[in-house]
Amino acid sequence: MANPGVVTTAGEAAKRPAGGQMLSSIFSKYGIFIIFAVMVVVASLLSPAFLSEINLINVVRQMSVVGLIALGVTGVIVSGGIDLSSGSVVGLSAVVAASLAQSTDSSAPLYPGLQLPFIAPLMMACGVGALVGWINGGLVAKTRIPPFIATLGTYTAVRGAAMLYTNGRPVSDLTDSYDFVGQGALAGIPVPILILVVMAVVTHILYARTKFGKYVYAIGGNEQAARVSGINTGRYKMLIYIYAGLLAGLAGLVVSSRIGSGQPGLGVGYELDAIAAAVIGGTSLSAGGIGTVAGTIIGALIIGVLNNILDLMNVSAYWQQIIKGAIIVGAVILDQLKHRGGK
Amino acid sequence: MENEYVLVMEGISKQFPGVRALNNVELRVRRGTVHALMGENGAGKSTLMKCLIGIYTPDSGTITFKGERLNITSTHYALAKGISMIHQELNPVPEMTVAENIYLGREPMTPYALVDMRKMNRMASELLERLHIKIRPTARMRDLSIANMQLAEIAKAVSYNSDLIIMDEPTSAITEAEVAVLFDIIKSLTAQGCAVIYITHKMDEVFKITDEVTVFRDGQYVASEATAKLTRDMLIEQMVGRTLTAMFHKETAEMGSVFLDVVNLSGKGFRNVSFQVRRGEILGLAGLMGAGRTELMDGVFGVTPSNGGSIRINGKPVRIRSPADAIRNGMALLTEDRKLTGLYLNATVRENIFIANINRYLVGPFLRFSQIEKDCEKMRGLMRVKTPSLMQIIKNLSGGNQQKVLIARWLLTEPDLLILDEPTRGIDVGAKSEIYRLMTEFVRSGKAIIMISSELPEVLGMSDRIMVMHEGDKVGELSRAEATQEKILQMATGMKIPTSLAA
Repeated sequence: MANPGVVTTAGEAAKRPAGGQMLSSIFSKYGIFIIFAVMVVVASLLSPAFLSEINLINVVRQMSVVGLIALGVTGVIVSGGIDLSSGSVVGLSAVVAASLAQSTDSSAPLYPGLQLPFIAPLMMACGVGALVGWINGGLVAKTRIPPFIATLGTYTAVRGAAMLYTNGRPVSDLTDSYDFVGQGALAGIPVPILILVVMAVVTHILYARTKFGKYVYAIGGNEQAARVSGINTGRYKMLIYIYAGLLAGLAGLVVSSRIGSGQPGLGVGYELDAIAAAVIGGTSLSAGGIGTVAGTIIGALIIGVLNNILDLMNVSAYWQQIIKGAIIVGAVILDQLKHRGGK
Repeated sequence: MENEYVLVMEGISKQFPGVRALNNVELRVRRGTVHALMGENGAGKSTLMKCLIGIYTPDSGTITFKGERLNITSTHYALAKGISMIHQELNPVPEMTVAENIYLGREPMTPYALVDMRKMNRMASELLERLHIKIRPTARMRDLSIANMQLAEIAKAVSYNSDLIIMDEPTSAITEAEVAVLFDIIKSLTAQGCAVIYITHKMDEVFKITDEVTVFRDGQYVASEATAKLTRDMLIEQMVGRTLTAMFHKETAEMGSVFLDVVNLSGKGFRNVSFQVRRGEILGLAGLMGAGRTELMDGVFGVTPSNGGSIRINGKPVRIRSPADAIRNGMALLTEDRKLTGLYLNATVRENIFIANINRYLVGPFLRFSQIEKDCEKMRGLMRVKTPSLMQIIKNLSGGNQQKVLIARWLLTEPDLLILDEPTRGIDVGAKSEIYRLMTEFVRSGKAIIMISSELPEVLGMSDRIMVMHEGDKVGELSRAEATQEKILQMATGMKIPTSLAA
């Protein structure tokens, strides 16, 4: 219920943008970028190896797959939903795409004699992801079950489908053009990084500049307002899940190509890493309608840099997990303080 | 003849579970006029407007707009046909800019399928300038004051270039200066032939801006009349209308000492309120929606923090920081929305009765179910709760019986002061009169009741004394003898009248 009894006086309203709050408003807007910059400086002081070209490229390449998934997950969370199925989609799209790209001299081909141009596995990877997204979106928009439950269901079922497809076995001996996606480089930059950069730019434009993007933010910010403005909220919820699924499918192709084999167990836990990246980057799980592509990329980079520097300093993998967990919780606490202060 | 009316609604009925919200009502609005729609809370004004804008679908009746029979099934359709609405609850998307909010759903596009932000901001700034609203189109909605948010919503409704704009209490959150802006906007709209349906509780606005008035009462159409032919008193009489029935079982109890004494309490939604309640007394708390009555009681009960002022119980100063403090001091609060804040819908009647009193039944970590069973059975008899057994899941009970269970829960804590927020909302007549009987018995045993109610007959029928609030302030008090529906309504709509009663 609105609270008409509370009337903000003109004086109070005028106070808001005044000087004293300037600093905190800058921090709440760019805080995550400042934190990232500080981390990079600290990392380079702690370990001289950090700033080497090889290491930096390594950091970005390692985060590229989760980053790709996180781009889509950001949109889903902004719309007020959640997508737990993306890690499983990685597994399914990896085996399906790989099965269409086995070289003719493979010792155990899934489809003997099959020879397709590279476009076929690429389309299939994205198509499989979009299909799962369509199911997620349909469940959320049409049956109105909570997104957490809907995607928990597909999370489990899709992993099963991936296992079923290959009978649990890996799909190996892939074509050179397929392997190039994960292992190749253009002008010295690994292809996965290039894919991430291109998709980040595309996604940014999609979210920030198109009607589709505006509606996703509007639905997350105030679904009722979106509806009374005449927006078909169900259709746009559907579309954002499809887009998130498509990106997860693409990520599946990249991972399988990188390791040269499509394995149904690929991508386990990636959905949570992607959610963590989005949340650290300022996407709000509690409020909806808040989150940016730039923030999410920084969020993914923060996780990447953190892992990297802890590796360089020989911190045990177990400690790394504890630290990562603490940072995720810390980011959400920061987010809540920010919104409490704003209201 | 037909063309004179831009909108004709006839025979509209709408049934909600348990409530007949609209019963065969009609509304005729002339082109280029401002038409006031009036009635008490729950009269069906907002429901009818939601039928018109496509949020609800009426069960029966016809809507003729600009001479065309419409079957309005969605907001999108209503907007496309030329009907827009300023909603009573503010409806902004807080993280988006003013311009984005105004053109939500109708964004101008570049040739490359992108939203043309520059054009959108230009359109918004032209619109706001034309309406003399001083807001930056690029400001984020959440950074605006509530009054400016409301002005942005008004601009949005105007920007559809509709032939009919519905304004549901558009001035409830804005000050005099913005009201003047709004009235200028309305005048220029009607000059261009646009019609306005104006819902308000504020009498002076009706006489200042509207051409015609239609009055609803209890979901029924009462009358339509040209504003010029009406007086305030005639209007209030039409809105109130009904006679008091004998359903109020009122026997005055013996007045005892002052139990609760609140002095100058302020908090979210209320300011500087002072009042007392005596043992044996029912204090009625009247006011319009948003007057701050629920907020005041939340403050007294420690649900929300209050500041300034003091609270004394039995003459002793107390600090109430949480509902637990209030309960410890002998208070109990029956909340306004029983589904949201009262009932454990999937639990049994028994659990719902004893949950607030759980400590009394503890033996170590265990519950003494035999004692619970005995007490709950006693309460069930006392309250005449109609249920096959105490183990029935409460959501299967009727609204009236659910309410009785909630009252039983609080009676079991043996409070000295029972605060009832809309105790009979949405329940049937039989259950209502039983609740009135219980209230009477309760105060006759030397205890006190504060009753918030939007139903004036109930307030008049049950209260020993009536306190009226308006926009967070206490306007005054009326004794049982001097109170009438007209006086209460006048006070509640902010027309201060001197009251004879000193506290």
